[in-house]
Amino acid sequence: MIKVNAIGDQCPIPVVKTKDAIKNLNGEGVVETMVDNEIAVQNLTKMANQKGYGVKSEKISDHEFKVTMTISADQAKEAKTATTDAECAIIPSSKKNRVVVISADHMGEGAEDLGKTLLKGFIYAVSQQEELPKTMLFYNGGAAITCEGSSSLEDLKSMEAQGVEILTCGTCLNFYGLSEKLAVGGVTNMYDIVEKQTNADLIIKP
Amino acid sequence: MASDKLFCATGGCTAKLGAGILSRVLSRLPKGEKDDNLLIGFDSKDDAAVYKLTDDIAFVQTLDFFPPMVEDPYTFGKIAATNALSDIYAMGGEVKTALNIVCFPESEDLNILGEIMRGGAEKVHEAGGSIAGGHSINDATVKYGLSVTGVVDPKKILANNTAKPGDVLILTKKLGVGIICCANRVHAASKEAMDAAIESMTTLNKYAADVLKRYDVHACTDVTGFSFLGHLHEMIEGHGTAVIDSKNVPVFKEALSYADEFLTTAAGQRNRNFAEGRVRFEDVAFAMQEVLFDPQTSGGLLFAVDKDKADELLPELKKVCPYAAVVGEVTEAKDIEIIVK
Repeated sequence: MIKVNAIGDQCPIPVVKTKDAIKNLNGEGVVETMVDNEIAVQNLTKMANQKGYGVKSEKISDHEFKVTMTISADQAKEAKTATTDAECAIIPSSKKNRVVVISADHMGEGAEDLGKTLLKGFIYAVSQQEELPKTMLFYNGGAAITCEGSSSLEDLKSMEAQGVEILTCGTCLNFYGLSEKLAVGGVTNMYDIVEKQTNADLIIKP
Repeated sequence: MASDKLFCATGGCTAKLGAGILSRVLSRLPKGEKDDNLLIGFDSKDDAAVYKLTDDIAFVQTLDFFPPMVEDPYTFGKIAATNALSDIYAMGGEVKTALNIVCFPESEDLNILGEIMRGGAEKVHEAGGSIAGGHSINDATVKYGLSVTGVVDPKKILANNTAKPGDVLILTKKLGVGIICCANRVHAASKEAMDAAIESMTTLNKYAADVLKRYDVHACTDVTGFSFLGHLHEMIEGHGTAVIDSKNVPVFKEALSYADEFLTTAAGQRNRNFAEGRVRFEDVAFAMQEVLFDPQTSGGLLFAVDKDKADELLPELKKVCPYAAVVGEVTEAKDIEIIVK
């Protein structure tokens, strides 16, 4: 079973994430999507009904709903091979060595809550780019983003599954007592951090 | 990335509150003393308010603002202004003055705001109006729009709820811009689709309205957040049944393919919920249904006119609105308010 966390996501993102998860099933299986509003449940149910997936939904609390889809082997195969016009229209640009550097647990200066929301949105947007970065580096406050409790784990795991190298600074994990909590990617050191950035064609910092 | 964080919200008319919850709130508001000169107000769910000053002149008042649905601030300004000005045209009026409504984060680059307002001002001038001032608020997210005042001859007001059996229904713009913008948010929209949607959203309804003025139009509205079927419901409620031929409804073909990928908005689903029980689909594909429920930002005019007038009107209208088409007709009331074939 694949679990999709779409809490806090606006339509159509819950549907997009769920479709991605179905593509990654590689055979029959169950995808369980968490959303925070009834309309998102209806939009997911609508998709499942159109595709003929088994679907049931459950209200867990006022802002927590679980939609469970059951996908047959044939349906999973179809989902995997289906390419949309939109996907066909993508012309890959020349491959560049892009490195994303996350050095804090928020994006920009200002209200802290906003900064965290923005960073979550930033990482999601990175994960949806036509061309994914080669490497993502996390250090100092950014180390928390790859650890348990981070709201970006789904996005990072999905990028890791697509070949993005995700590295977090070991010194930083130690300093914040997060060494046991790392939930995605590997651990790196300062030499590596310097080298990855030196060799990058483009460094992207939120 | 600077503009990305500004332009990431669900923008445009998809940000509207649903008609369902809105009507619950509105129905409970205290009603003040009746003013006979207020020709169109709250009671009628119309696009704008109309207040009669003399027998020959009434003023039309409307306002509209929303968060961005495109990344380019100048384009956003044009779309927001085109959308706000539209309500004046839907009432049969002429634009006179407009006031800017601005919400903008103080810490952001003011050049972005300048671009938004430049786009807005250009559209007001194109409409023949003047920007006369405005009000701005420091806010976490960008929102922009206009409060617009126009004038209309009280005898020539186009109400939105006065269609008659025997009328045909004409729509002046293609449907599906909400879905295209939605697909664009997740980088699934083609550049061609987005460009066509922007072109449509920045086309003033003035040119269509100028043609309509020369004919006896029975009812008119602009298709915006409540979708084609939502606004059609307002037009038809209590006046018969609308029979829509979905094959003749002008739509962006990309919107149909994105709808088949379920790249649809929450507002679209709210529109579907609101219309349930009023609309019957007879053999209409899922994607087309979604487009008919799609919230439109700066959509076209939907109007009702005598069947025999339509043949004369349509060729003239097509000169300024190439996609305009007869989409259906009004019949005597049947078992249900709207039938889509």
